[in-house]
Amino acid sequence: MAFRARSAAAVARIVPALAAGVAAATVRAQEAAAPAPAAGATAAPATPEAAVAATEAAAAAVTYTPLRPEPGIGQPVPWGIDILPQVTPIGEEALRMVHWLLNPVMFAISALVLALLVWTILRYRAAANPEPAAFSHNFKLEVTWTLIPALILVIIAVPSFRLLANQYNPPKADLTIKVTGYQWYWGYEYPDHGGISFDAVMLNRADAEARGAPYQLETDNRVVVPAGKTVKLLITGADVLHSWALPSFWVKMDAVPGRINETWFKVDRPGVYYGQCSELCGTKHGFMPITVEVVPEEQFNAWVAKMQAEQGITPATTATAAAPSEPAA
Amino acid sequence: MATTFDAHGDAHGHAAAHDDHKLSFVERWIFSTNHKDIGTLYLIFAIVAGIVGGALSGFMRWELAAPGMQVLPWFTEGNIDQAYHLWNVFITAHGLIMVFFMVMPALIGGFANWFVPIMIGAPDMAFPRMNNISFWLTVAGFTLLTISLFVPGPPGGIGAGTGWTVYPPLSTSGHPGPAVDLAIFALHLAGAASILGAINFITTIFNMRAPGMTLHKMPLFAWSILVTAFLLLLSLPVLAGAITMLLTDRNFGTTFFDPAGGGDPILYQHLFWFFGHPEVYIMILPAFGIISQIVATFSRKPVFGYLAMAYAMVAIGFVGFIVWAHHMFTSGLSVNTKLYFTAATMIIAVPTGIKIFSWIATMWGGSLRFPTPMLWALGFIFMFTVGGVTGVLLANGGLDTYMHDTYYVVAHFHYVLSLGATFGIFAGFYYWFGKMTGRDYNELLGKLHFWLFFIGTNIIFFPMHFLGQQGMPRRYPDYPDAMAGWNEVASWGYVVMLAGMVVFFVNVIWSLAAGRRSADNPWGEGATTLEWTLSSPPPFHQFETLPDLTRMKAH
Repeated sequence: MAFRARSAAAVARIVPALAAGVAAATVRAQEAAAPAPAAGATAAPATPEAAVAATEAAAAAVTYTPLRPEPGIGQPVPWGIDILPQVTPIGEEALRMVHWLLNPVMFAISALVLALLVWTILRYRAAANPEPAAFSHNFKLEVTWTLIPALILVIIAVPSFRLLANQYNPPKADLTIKVTGYQWYWGYEYPDHGGISFDAVMLNRADAEARGAPYQLETDNRVVVPAGKTVKLLITGADVLHSWALPSFWVKMDAVPGRINETWFKVDRPGVYYGQCSELCGTKHGFMPITVEVVPEEQFNAWVAKMQAEQGITPATTATAAAPSEPAA
Repeated sequence: MATTFDAHGDAHGHAAAHDDHKLSFVERWIFSTNHKDIGTLYLIFAIVAGIVGGALSGFMRWELAAPGMQVLPWFTEGNIDQAYHLWNVFITAHGLIMVFFMVMPALIGGFANWFVPIMIGAPDMAFPRMNNISFWLTVAGFTLLTISLFVPGPPGGIGAGTGWTVYPPLSTSGHPGPAVDLAIFALHLAGAASILGAINFITTIFNMRAPGMTLHKMPLFAWSILVTAFLLLLSLPVLAGAITMLLTDRNFGTTFFDPAGGGDPILYQHLFWFFGHPEVYIMILPAFGIISQIVATFSRKPVFGYLAMAYAMVAIGFVGFIVWAHHMFTSGLSVNTKLYFTAATMIIAVPTGIKIFSWIATMWGGSLRFPTPMLWALGFIFMFTVGGVTGVLLANGGLDTYMHDTYYVVAHFHYVLSLGATFGIFAGFYYWFGKMTGRDYNELLGKLHFWLFFIGTNIIFFPMHFLGQQGMPRRYPDYPDAMAGWNEVASWGYVVMLAGMVVFFVNVIWSLAAGRRSADNPWGEGATTLEWTLSSPPPFHQFETLPDLTRMKAH
């Protein structure tokens, strides 16, 4: 219950800021805002709020303002059929492989089999071909339809192995987050930042919609990370198996009791991205979503300062926190 | 029991055709030792289990038809948390029932019991009484699984909501009640039944082939059952061991899968999938065999590439044992492990491709007719291809990161099972209905059943690819509003499929009551296997004098 109490307190602090943000910028106003590049960030498009935040950062008056989720980014869309837009290098590489190799191959093979079936049905129906042929062997043909599929698989294997190798070969981590799966919420800890810790519990429909967020995907506390930085996740389960999944990052890693699994992501584009628990974990398996908020670095530092202040973490214990704040080499 | 023995003893001494009249109902249907009677019992059992498993999926699709919880709370007096748990119970029961008590009993217990002995020219199975034990153990297993639905599972919940995989710790510390113990015992019994059945089939096929029926002349359905029997024999003991360890973890304080005592939950996953992956081939290989017989029959042409077809199944069976960890790509495997399992898994596409192309080549140049069994076979070939190609995508460890445990996987395995194995079952059912019952099914109703089921299942499962690509996880009773569209479409697909099943039952009842008497060989000269040389239905004991097949060609 101590966890829940702390979470509730955190929500109480975030919500007024959120409401202010919502009031300040309607969707139309957001569109009108010039997307100025965030100071010190990469050239990736920043959301208007982020741009505003960055401008504020330059004025050295930064306060953390939660971002508003954008339709079609980091979440499903009605009647959507494709993989969600990818915002990590791994996700972009994998999506290219699906779109330009696997999907065409799958479509071509299905179409070939269908075409052969239709042709055979029409050409060799009893009315069109009353006397059947008697052949039952054709060595060259059999060798061909063994070797060509094998060749296609080799062609698939090359980018597949490269993707796997890249997934397991991350850049040096800029910050680490410890993720713990509980029945039925996620716990997060930032060991590089003095051990900031909080739980993330799913919001009810009214609270989620007040944030402009989709119900069943938004959590009370978001996992806030800086844009353009490599984030290492150390994932474990406290009670049963869970799985930390973030489709827009091409990330999914099981939370296994007794083990610490490691994965990573690097997102340049500020925004709010959603995921859901992806390993059956009991009654409310469907209701422990994951919300990651990628913000410009100044915003992240402001968030860290705010969280440290709230949790009584003194700057002395956060010596390591300075490291991720330095400009990336 | 002595009476039964005497009845058979007499039968061997006298004319065989009428000795079933000497058996009482109990002797014939409870103490059955006749492979055809046991096959019939298995088929009836599979239909009953299929109704239960299908009804469960009906409630699941109904619940998912719209966002929010509308249907399951009816069962829980409005308690939403209980309804969430009930969802997990439903998905668990649906999976276990369809795998262990519908597909396997229908294909192996039903069709293989009926037709493997006949196809190889044997009078019966090698161990008739063990055959009986196999059947009744399966029924006992189903009974235990049903009871588990009504006893405590997790704290405050009824039934086992662990998924068919029964992963610990959810199945150990997460489910302290006896529901999981009963589910484990159900699997023990069903597994023991299948192991006994596998021993029976292997012994029968190796020792009781008629003179001249060499292995390389044996019909491909018998080949498929031989390979399947070996998969059962080698994989099920591993499952039995894994769930026994689960049982002792639950009840006797061992910690095989509990890290607090030095165990590891991942160990269970390795053991489970060492069984679980061969299991998917156990469900599809017999369907391969049925499709081969049907395609050859209605093409009036021998199977193309017979030996390649037989050894492709052997290859699939072998490789099926060394690819299991592709079910665990997100569990924290090392990169080298994932590279190996990616490569090994993709290799299965090669023998599977050989089978698909050989079926088409069998039809090529044939003189094709399209009665109901052939429609199911053609549907099988295309739908299995669609399910197979998405399997190639999922085989890639790097890509699976996204798809793992999403509806994309649900779509994939329902294309190969619900549109693969089930199509094979219906194909075989219509193909052999006249032979088994002595009555012809109604062709119009059979075709109507096919088209409704074909269209319905495609509407159910094709949109699941979209939902999976949009990121919808498996085993969720509810979903964000954006997922509503395709979920509603899928649920309407269930209604179409259900209409097809109503037609099926009308057809079965009508045909049994008023169907024409079936000819010995209603399919004509394309049907060359031995069952078509017998009467419809066959005599109680066939081949009392073994047929001489030394001049027979391979099927």
